[in-house]
Amino acid sequence: MTSATAPRGPQDRHPLLEQMSQLWRNKTAVIGLVIITFFILTALLAPLLSPHNPVETSLYDQLKPPVWHAKGTWKNILGTDELGRDTLSRIIFGSRVSLTVALVSVGLAFLVGTFLGCVSGYFKGILDSLVMRVMDMILAFPYLLLAIVVVAYLGPSLQNAMIAIGITYVPRFARIVRGSVLEECGKDYVMAARAIGARDARIIFLAILPNCLGPLIVQTTLSMASAILDAAALSFLGLGAQPPTPEWGGMIARSRALILRAPWVMTFPGLAILAAVLGFNLLGDGLRDALDPRLRD
Amino acid sequence: MLAYILRRILILIPTLLGVSVIVFLMLHITPGDPAELLLGERATEEALLQMREHLGLNRPLHEQYGMFMQRLMRGDLGETIWTRQKVWVEVKQRFPATMELSIVALLISCSLGITFGIVSATRQYSLFDYLSMVGALAGVSMPIFWLGLVFMLIFSLNLGWLPLSGRLSVGINLEVITNFYVLDALLTRNWPALRDALWHIIMPAATLSTIPMAIVARMTRSAMLDVLRQDYIKTAKAKGLSRFTVTYKHALRNALIPVITTIGLQFGVLLGGAILTETIFAWPGVGKWMYDAVMQRDYMVIQGGVLFIAAIFVVINLCVDVLYAVINPRISVR
Repeated sequence: MTSATAPRGPQDRHPLLEQMSQLWRNKTAVIGLVIITFFILTALLAPLLSPHNPVETSLYDQLKPPVWHAKGTWKNILGTDELGRDTLSRIIFGSRVSLTVALVSVGLAFLVGTFLGCVSGYFKGILDSLVMRVMDMILAFPYLLLAIVVVAYLGPSLQNAMIAIGITYVPRFARIVRGSVLEECGKDYVMAARAIGARDARIIFLAILPNCLGPLIVQTTLSMASAILDAAALSFLGLGAQPPTPEWGGMIARSRALILRAPWVMTFPGLAILAAVLGFNLLGDGLRDALDPRLRD
Repeated sequence: MLAYILRRILILIPTLLGVSVIVFLMLHITPGDPAELLLGERATEEALLQMREHLGLNRPLHEQYGMFMQRLMRGDLGETIWTRQKVWVEVKQRFPATMELSIVALLISCSLGITFGIVSATRQYSLFDYLSMVGALAGVSMPIFWLGLVFMLIFSLNLGWLPLSGRLSVGINLEVITNFYVLDALLTRNWPALRDALWHIIMPAATLSTIPMAIVARMTRSAMLDVLRQDYIKTAKAKGLSRFTVTYKHALRNALIPVITTIGLQFGVLLGGAILTETIFAWPGVGKWMYDAVMQRDYMVIQGGVLFIAAIFVVINLCVDVLYAVINPRISVR
């Protein structure tokens, strides 16, 4: 988005330090970081922060409106759902689910994708074309459809949703890493490493990979954003987290029937998803500006 | 040019074959007996045997794949488990609805996205630029299934402006020719039906267009900014050409090249998002049909639907690549 126009720092500074200070000057990234930190703290401190038990039902408190509504009370600040469960507590605990899904599914895609990308960029030849054709096949399925189908076959559960999202994200990591590795392989330091007899694994993971980290970090952050969205969509379709797990997408799905009677039940989980995804997208954009000028849009 | 197109088509074949292998294997990787999976747990032993025979499950895997491909070549996607209809017939019936929705959504997202992108780029750092880029960022982060429900709540339940769901109101007669209702209404000059069809499509299409619109707006802005910095734009300005000519005739043409690639990639977002949008708005397309199939565990429908959508997607991507090469001749030389 906005490109940093601030004057360049002294040339003798460590590049990492330089990038960190660029990131800090980038307002987009800082706002994103603040939002993400907020959600991480919420997730970690969920039992302390939430006023009620997120799965406890209460017959007397069904469909209470939020506090600013004429009939709202401070007991349930964001109101309650059709089973009398506190919406705020469910959203607070929901951040645990969403962040875990994002972390696990993107982590899976990162590990598999990076490995495949390294191997195919470094060894080239038949192995490379084979891996890349398989990646093409995964990319031949529209976004989200493959995840839905994989979960449909494996059975609906949060764990399977994470696996499904992870699989669909492998190609983006593999492609980025492969591109960077191909570029780095032609450079002198790789030849030097080969000349002194370093083993392939050492060259790939200790020499080449650290130099490809920039685009990889950007992709990871942006993937976290879409993983939260996809996981919420899967849960909305009934294929992710199963009730009574407090999950934002699942909360919206259950409130569909109440849309006219109690619109607030569906409003707040949606805002939570939007805010969390926005946080990761902002940070991703900022990181792209700071770490990887080539990807700047 | 022709050589380039042929080469692209040749690359398509292994991809499509791979897709068929993946879809074929899915049923076999799944834990449990595929016949039982297809018929449900309460199936009789006899029915299970029959199904195994029908699927050729007692033969080696490569033979089974051969049979699968043979059927596929004949255009036979099998029968649905619950209604015993031909999957292919059902897909053909529903696909126009999905395509109509996707095309309208794409039109909305391109027209608005490109406009916002151009205005933002020509007035960089203005209030308009700032607001539209914040809007675009929110758009990229939007859970569209939630946005659809919010639209529903505002525009049909509270304001009563737009119909809640479906493609056409009860009582509206429309002679179906192409199954694209808007097109059919135009062809038969059926104005009440045209209005009704348009009123029905606005909300789902707007919902579906959110993410692509935001992506297109961001891409257009950055591509325009890139081009506007170039020397030939300075020359054009120095020659005394009007601002309009410089922006739209000189800059936009070159800026559109990366934008078109981006637009092409959005078809995947649209076809995937169609499952969510169609489910919310009860739009009778392939997406809603696939969702129902997932809920009823009708694996034949899932298999056929996925194959069909993936094939369509691959072909659309090919068309985009070819279009790209036509616009940007540098590509086909490589």
